[in-house]
Amino acid sequence: METYTAMRHFADSWGLAAMTLFFLAVVLFTLRPGGRKAAERAAEIPLKED
Amino acid sequence: MSILDKHAILERNATLLLVGSLLVVSIGGIVEIAPLFYLENTIEKVEGVRPYSPLELAGRDIYVREGCYLCHSQMIRPFRDEVERYGHYSLAAESMYDHPFQWGSKRTGPDLARVGDRYSNEWHVQHLTEPRSVVPESVMPSYAFLKETPLEVKTVSMHLSANRAVGVPYTDEMLENAEADLKAQADPNADTSGIEARYPKAKLGDFDGDPTKLTEMDALVAYLQMLGTLVDFSTYDDASGYR
Amino acid sequence: MKYLTETIVLAVGAFLALLGVAFAKDRLFEAHMWVLFFVLLAGTLVMVRRVSFAPAAAAPSAADDGYFDEVIKYGVIATVFWGVVGFLVGVFIAAQLAFPDLNIEPWLNFGRVRPLHTSAVIFAFGGNGLIATSFYVVQRTSRARLFGGNLGWFVFWGYNLFIVMAATGYLLGITQSREYAEPEWYVDIWLTIVWVAYLVAFLGTIMTRKEPHIYVANWFYLGFIVTIAMLHIVNNLAVPASFLGAKSYSAFSGVQDALTQWWYGHNAVGFFLTAGFLGMMYYFVPKQVNRPVYSYRLSIIHFWALIFMYIWAGPHHLHYTALPDWAQTLGMVFSIMLWMPSWGGMINGLMTLQGAWDKIRTDPIVRMMVMAIAFYGMATFEGPMMSIKSVNSLSHYTDWTIGHVHSGALGWNGLITFGAIYFLVPKLWKRERLYSIRMVNWHFWLATLGIVIYAAVMWVAGIQQGLMWREYDEQGFLVYSFAETVAAMFPYYVLRAVGGGLYLTGALIMAYNVTMTIRGYQRDEAPIPGAAPALQPAE
Repeated sequence: METYTAMRHFADSWGLAAMTLFFLAVVLFTLRPGGRKAAERAAEIPLKED
Repeated sequence: MSILDKHAILERNATLLLVGSLLVVSIGGIVEIAPLFYLENTIEKVEGVRPYSPLELAGRDIYVREGCYLCHSQMIRPFRDEVERYGHYSLAAESMYDHPFQWGSKRTGPDLARVGDRYSNEWHVQHLTEPRSVVPESVMPSYAFLKETPLEVKTVSMHLSANRAVGVPYTDEMLENAEADLKAQADPNADTSGIEARYPKAKLGDFDGDPTKLTEMDALVAYLQMLGTLVDFSTYDDASGYR
Repeated sequence: MKYLTETIVLAVGAFLALLGVAFAKDRLFEAHMWVLFFVLLAGTLVMVRRVSFAPAAAAPSAADDGYFDEVIKYGVIATVFWGVVGFLVGVFIAAQLAFPDLNIEPWLNFGRVRPLHTSAVIFAFGGNGLIATSFYVVQRTSRARLFGGNLGWFVFWGYNLFIVMAATGYLLGITQSREYAEPEWYVDIWLTIVWVAYLVAFLGTIMTRKEPHIYVANWFYLGFIVTIAMLHIVNNLAVPASFLGAKSYSAFSGVQDALTQWWYGHNAVGFFLTAGFLGMMYYFVPKQVNRPVYSYRLSIIHFWALIFMYIWAGPHHLHYTALPDWAQTLGMVFSIMLWMPSWGGMINGLMTLQGAWDKIRTDPIVRMMVMAIAFYGMATFEGPMMSIKSVNSLSHYTDWTIGHVHSGALGWNGLITFGAIYFLVPKLWKRERLYSIRMVNWHFWLATLGIVIYAAVMWVAGIQQGLMWREYDEQGFLVYSFAETVAAMFPYYVLRAVGGGLYLTGALIMAYNVTMTIRGYQRDEAPIPGAAPALQPAE
């Protein structure tokens, strides 16, 4: 029961916060101002000659 | 190189992408599933629940083999209509020896979690042989071949030990007597004192209407007749099973 | 000395299967090993005819454009073949539910054929489609040949051997009873080996790419491959009763087993049927409309949000069961949140058509893809709704679930795969165009009508069923016996089979169209009205 309680507490506090932060970081990284050009280049990949 | 440029590393490095995805997808599983192995409530023992007798286990294997779980659930939800229709809602402990679980996901036919003792053996045999002769609306397939198929006897102790390997508390005595218990449970003339001691409340006697043969029908009916009968709900304290 | 090793390996395999027959501990394993023996024997015979003792060719022939496309051709044919088989079996079991006399015991009883249907459509049709398209996409977007030489062949044949063993096993009665993970332990081990080879081939191609960026379609494919590997291994942990017997017992029991299974089951939907097919969407939709994806950055957010949230949603299959409440609630919350990334992806796919909306009218393949994305949107709205506990209390155990699954599977997975097949076949076989564009149009309408009938009928059936089960009269008694609720389903079950039949007819038209295209014919037909003749590049 001890282990379980500890895991629950971790999961709905720091664990949740860490994952949310990771996700937000990914979103911010993706939407960073300099990212647009790189994204546009990547989006063209399938349309190049094959 | 600014921090922002480093983002490109993730987008360009296949291994990192692999590890990143794997990490993200593992978290959900670990947080949800792992606690169940520690949580005492989910595996709290309830009086009366015991491992399956060899004949019941063989019947259960046939239940699995024929895909009964695709149309019949074994999980009564705590709603008024379900409790009135099928009986007391299912407890976690009642499937604690179920490898694998048979809760099901669809009720094309009724729930079977407490079908034991509701009908006679003859009814079950007739129903499995020709479902529409007893329930005209039924869309169930016929399982008449079970009555003609002899039950595989020799492998039963193997099956019990495999269950012991995954955590079902079969004793050495149970393993040694597996084959004898299997035969005795469906034999009206056998000495059943041993089996009754090892597997309390086990249903005894011939099940398929032909005492001379031990068939798959015997095993399946023996399994159906014990479903949901192990826990005595007249003495069970509901508050202790709160979830 | 081409194919000598391969031939010997196959022959040894066939011999081992024969040993399995001889020493089998139970009847089912013996029968299954006979199947394996004959399959491997046939494979050996085919290979023996191909063995060549001439020195191996120094390099791929000059005509080869550098991509390993031969295995993709096989994959496309297998996809079409298994699709038709899977839909046919589906119509058969649908008819069984309306007319139970169609059950032929023991091998063709509903309980044995239903896993055949689900595995044939998900793993045989969907899986072959995913493997073939992922091999195509990863080579094109990496500008590299498929990694590992003949590894691609191993993946294709190994995977299809898995399917044959799984399918024949179900009919014999060999099953773990874990939905969408029914094959027994030895077939599972084989799939694990094949899957690792698939990962190596796919990842190896990405590693050797000449394009600096990894295109987002490959992210989705990679997420799918890795997660399925993890799910498959954990969910199939079991102890066999004997190493020469078919039966095994799950490592988990009861509640733990149920959650593990539905963690797997829901993520089979999330990663096999969603992430993998999104990989398809992110490549073939831009290709077919000839413009880049609407927002590449949205697609990256889509990826992380989707894989992060999907993995939590499994417990919504276990609402109000003996699973602890907190786990049910967690599953519900994440399921509802999933609505957002799902619709983000849907919008991204649809908006890719921005500026080319006329193609929906003039190009039946684009229309098919757009309808697929629309069904993706519909199913990913319905799903979160059904995961709400109070809705689920009505919908669970009913045919509503079946309808929901099929609007996703037939609508989203089926149509996007058909679109990809119609795109791929002329490219792979170097044909100017498909045999018939008008037949694609027929396929589109038959499939769409079939899905609409199916989903609508199952929706009504499920809600009626759920309401009848809980109907009380004034005295406080249940109104309907269970048998009466079964009888009430009859008209719906008939209509459902009709809807499935329409969908199957569409697939048969596709099979004919694809066959004729491969054989090099072009149907003499009027062009689709409004379709401008394709502009030729000024060379």
